[in-house]
Amino acid sequence: MTMAGHKHIDEVTGVETTGHVWDGDLCELNKPLPKWWLYVFYACCVWAFGYWMVYPAWPTLTGYTQGYLGYSQRAAVTAEVNAAKAAQDTYRQAIANTPITEVKGKEDLMQFAMAGGAAAFGDNCSGCHGRGAQGALGYPNLNDDDWIWGGSVEQIEYTIAHGIRNGADEARNSAMPRFGLDGILEPAVISDVANYVRSLSGSEQVDADAAGRGKATFAEQCAACHAEDGKGNQEMGAPNLSDAIWLYGGSQEAVTQSIVTGRGGAMPAWAPRLDPVTVKMLAVYVHSLGGGK
Amino acid sequence: MNHGIFEKNSLILLIGILIVVSIGGIVQIAPLFMLSSTIEKVEGMRPYSPLEQAGRDIYVREGCYNCHSQMIRSLRDEVERYGHYSLAAESMYDHPFQWSSKRTGPDLARIGGKYSDAWHTEHMRQPKSVVSASIMPAYPHLETTPLDYSNIQDKLKTLQFIGVPYTDEMIAKAAADIEAQIAPDTPAAKELLARYPKAQVRKFDGQSPGEGVKPTELDAMIAYLQMLGTLVDFTKFDASGPNLR
Repeated sequence: MTMAGHKHIDEVTGVETTGHVWDGDLCELNKPLPKWWLYVFYACCVWAFGYWMVYPAWPTLTGYTQGYLGYSQRAAVTAEVNAAKAAQDTYRQAIANTPITEVKGKEDLMQFAMAGGAAAFGDNCSGCHGRGAQGALGYPNLNDDDWIWGGSVEQIEYTIAHGIRNGADEARNSAMPRFGLDGILEPAVISDVANYVRSLSGSEQVDADAAGRGKATFAEQCAACHAEDGKGNQEMGAPNLSDAIWLYGGSQEAVTQSIVTGRGGAMPAWAPRLDPVTVKMLAVYVHSLGGGK
Repeated sequence: MNHGIFEKNSLILLIGILIVVSIGGIVQIAPLFMLSSTIEKVEGMRPYSPLEQAGRDIYVREGCYNCHSQMIRSLRDEVERYGHYSLAAESMYDHPFQWSSKRTGPDLARIGGKYSDAWHTEHMRQPKSVVSASIMPAYPHLETTPLDYSNIQDKLKTLQFIGVPYTDEMIAKAAADIEAQIAPDTPAAKELLARYPKAQVRKFDGQSPGEGVKPTELDAMIAYLQMLGTLVDFTKFDASGPNLR
C-alpha cells in the first residue's frame, strides 16, 4: 500500500481515487456520499439539537439538563395511573360508599365490581386458586359453597384483606394440632379416626369396624373444632368433614396424613397490597362465583 | 486530513482506538456516578441477610434471570400489575443485579409476600401443580439438598470488599445468622432481626423447625423470594422534588 501525496485520477472513469494502491494497481474511487444519505445525516443532526433542548439530555455535574418540556418518566406514569383512576372514579367512589352487601343490588356497580374483581383475581389470586377459581390441593375451590372461614360477602372481604395464618394479628388464625408428630394419638388410633372421618361423607371404601372404633376418639379430640357431626366450624376455620369435599385429599392415606401432621394453609393479607375498593370488588367477585352465602 | 501515521503503524492505531473508545465510555458512564438521580437513597434498604444472600446465589446459579426480570419499569401496565416501579436504590446491594431483560415468567421485583411459603414449596416441586399453564421447569432438588453455607463468611467479606456495608459483626455471625433465620422465637433469631430489620424468620420449606435442624437450599430460595421488594415503604416515598426523573 502506498500513499500518494498528489491527486490520482482513474483513467477509465475519470474519477479521483483515494490515493491508496494495493497489489501494485488496485485503487479505490473517491466518490462522494449519496445525496439522500448525506441529507438524512444532516437532518438527524438538526433533530438531535432539537431533542437536546426539548427533552432531558446532557449530564451536568450533579444533575442534567431538563429540557423545555420538563419531561419526567416518573411524573408521566403517575399522571397516567391517576388519569385511569379518575376515569373510574365515579364507580370506585360509589363502591367505596356502598355497604358491600348492597353492591349486588345495584346493577351498574355490580357490573363494574365484577370486571374489576376478575382482573384483580387474575393478577393476584389465580396463582393459588387457579384461573377459574377451581382451587388445587391445599387451596380451596371458590366456586362451591363449602366455605372454611365463612361465605358471606363480609366474611370473604375480611379474609381477602387480612389473609390467613400469615403472622399478622388481624389475620384469621387457628392451628390444628399435629396429632401424630406430637404423639397425641397412636398410629393405630389415627387410622381409626381417619376411617371414621371418611365415613362421615359416606365414602364406600371405609373399614366400618375401624370407623366405629374411631368415633369416640373423634368426639374427644376433633369435635371441639370440627363439631360432633363433623360439619366444622367457620369461626375457627375448621372445615366441614361430612361433605366429601377435601382440601388435602380424601383417601385413607391423605386423611391419615392430615391428622398426623395437622393442616393449616396460609394466605397473604391483601390490604397492604391492594386498595380497599379493589379488595371490595374482589370479595364481590368471589362471592358471586357460585357459592356465596 | 492525513491518516497516514495511523494507517502505517498498528500500535499507534491501537492507542488511537483506545482513546476514542474511552472518551465514549467516560461520557456515558462517568455521569452515572455523580447524577443525584442515579445515586438516590431510600429508607429501608439493608444488605441481604446471609440466608437471603445464599438464596440469591442459588437464584443466580439456577439461571432464574433467564426468564424472570426484577425491574418494574415506569409504565402504567407494569405499575398496575407488579406494583410501584423499581428504584435504582432498590438494587444497591445487588452483585450482580438481577434486572434481566427477558420475561418468560412474571417480574419478581415485588414477589415477596404475594404467595405463601407452602405455595412456593409446591411450585418449586412442580410448577404445573399450582399454575396449570406454567412452562417453568421443576426444581425439586432444592428441597432435598442441604444448603452448603461453609463459605458464607467469605461471600459476605467479598461483598463488603466491593462496597456492601456488612459490618465485621455481621460477617463473624454469618453462619449463625443462617441457622437463626430458620429458628423462630430463639435468642439468635432476635439478634438476627436487630442486624437485619424486617428479615422474616421461619422454616420456609414447610419442615418443622427445631434445634439442630439444618437449612435446605429451598429455605434459602424462599427466604430470598419472600423478601424481594418488601424493604422500602412506598407510602413514604415521594416521587416529586429531587426524586422527580
